Amino acid sequence: MHSRVAATGLSFTFYATIAIVLMFLDQRGQWLDYARYGLSAAAYPVQLAVDSPSAAWRWLREIAATREALRRENSALLDRNRALELRTLRMEALAAENAQLRALGAALPDVARKWLPAEVMNVELSTLRQRVIINKGATSGVFKGQAVLASGGLMGQVMRAGPWSSEVILITDPEHAVPVQVLRNGLRTIAVGQGNAGVLTLPYLPVNSDIKVDDLLVTSGLGGVFPAGYPVARVTDVGRDPGQPLAQVHAQPLAAIDRDREVSLVWFTPGHPASPAPLAEAAPPPAMRSEPQPAPSEPK
Amino acid sequence: MNARAVEPRAAMLLAAFIALIFQVVPLPAWLSIVRPAFLVIVILYWSISAPRAGGLFFPFVCGLALDVFRGAVLGEHALALVVVAFLAIRFHLLIRNKPLFEQALFVFAALALYEFMIWAIDGWSGHSLNSGLRWLHPVTGGLLWPVACGLLSRTHRPR
Repeated sequence: MHSRVAATGLSFTFYATIAIVLMFLDQRGQWLDYARYGLSAAAYPVQLAVDSPSAAWRWLREIAATREALRRENSALLDRNRALELRTLRMEALAAENAQLRALGAALPDVARKWLPAEVMNVELSTLRQRVIINKGATSGVFKGQAVLASGGLMGQVMRAGPWSSEVILITDPEHAVPVQVLRNGLRTIAVGQGNAGVLTLPYLPVNSDIKVDDLLVTSGLGGVFPAGYPVARVTDVGRDPGQPLAQVHAQPLAAIDRDREVSLVWFTPGHPASPAPLAEAAPPPAMRSEPQPAPSEPK
Repeated sequence: MNARAVEPRAAMLLAAFIALIFQVVPLPAWLSIVRPAFLVIVILYWSISAPRAGGLFFPFVCGLALDVFRGAVLGEHALALVVVAFLAIRFHLLIRNKPLFEQALFVFAALALYEFMIWAIDGWSGHSLNSGLRWLHPVTGGLLWPVACGLLSRTHRPR
């Protein structure tokens, strides 16, 4: 009996040590990246199994869709397509005009070079964190830190890419922060998640800063992950307490973070002024620095 | 203790697998907050009723699986599960002979200790999450214990 107790104690020490060493290795350096990659490949079948009931339900609904409903949906989509086409009709002209104003030779190519649609899997990661699994992974070229957009706006970024699925941290996660700027006046700040799908906070704005309800927040392009100019959120309330140095500002994400199942992974044109400023260089490229304050362009 | 008694290895694996699935099945937000830590409860059950079948290797592997599914630091849940399972194995004779109500109290304490370790490791590894809601699930876990005992004891011949 005594020896058995000792044996349990010994194996406890053994496994606890392994666990602590694993944690240490995982925290420091990238030594465990390959192990994690393999483990997430092993986890994929279970994730698929958990996702399968809702996937089957969606499939059934698709099958059972009537001709009439499909026709209605088709005409609605055609209408929407026409409206969008009309809105982008002047894009080319505007891009050329913009290039002229910035004294560039030719209009810049689009900042988004490539899109990849992905679907959110119905698997829960953690209750109080805002993370999702999507059904595209490193075999489709997904990489860590890639921006994820949904139909309304910015959704999050890839945290960990497995072979066939990846983990996305949403902008509403308490550990996530997006560098944003107010579209109206170029005021820059950081939007931090709250762990709640409908709320972002802007905790670093002084009481006297120029921000109003209904201001649109777009990505500022700093921080090295997101390109500049993508819509993030709309300010819902601004609390100014004269006794406090900072204003209490809340915003609502534009992407339907908890409902959108279709997301897009985006690749950006490197070197584009609006593409994410690389973190390696301390200073952002000159084009970025002069963007918010419209610098008087000198005619050449 | 009957030396011939078969260790319920297959039942252990199956129960742990089902518990793991229950932990990652999406639920409505309010239900998800009170969702008990099924896998921890299953591990506690086997540690108490069949302490020699899995040893600590089994909790360790289950913890690693949880780490992968939760996207946590590798080894976080493994450490917490090994500690909780070790306590359960060490005191299994003491716990096993208590009435269900007292067992549930012990399970509540073990789950609270588990959550405390996760919270502490989260903080040390820089992923701190201070929400009072994370302390709710030990309560539902303790309430679930009699049910879990009833279900799991059918899968093997309790000694």
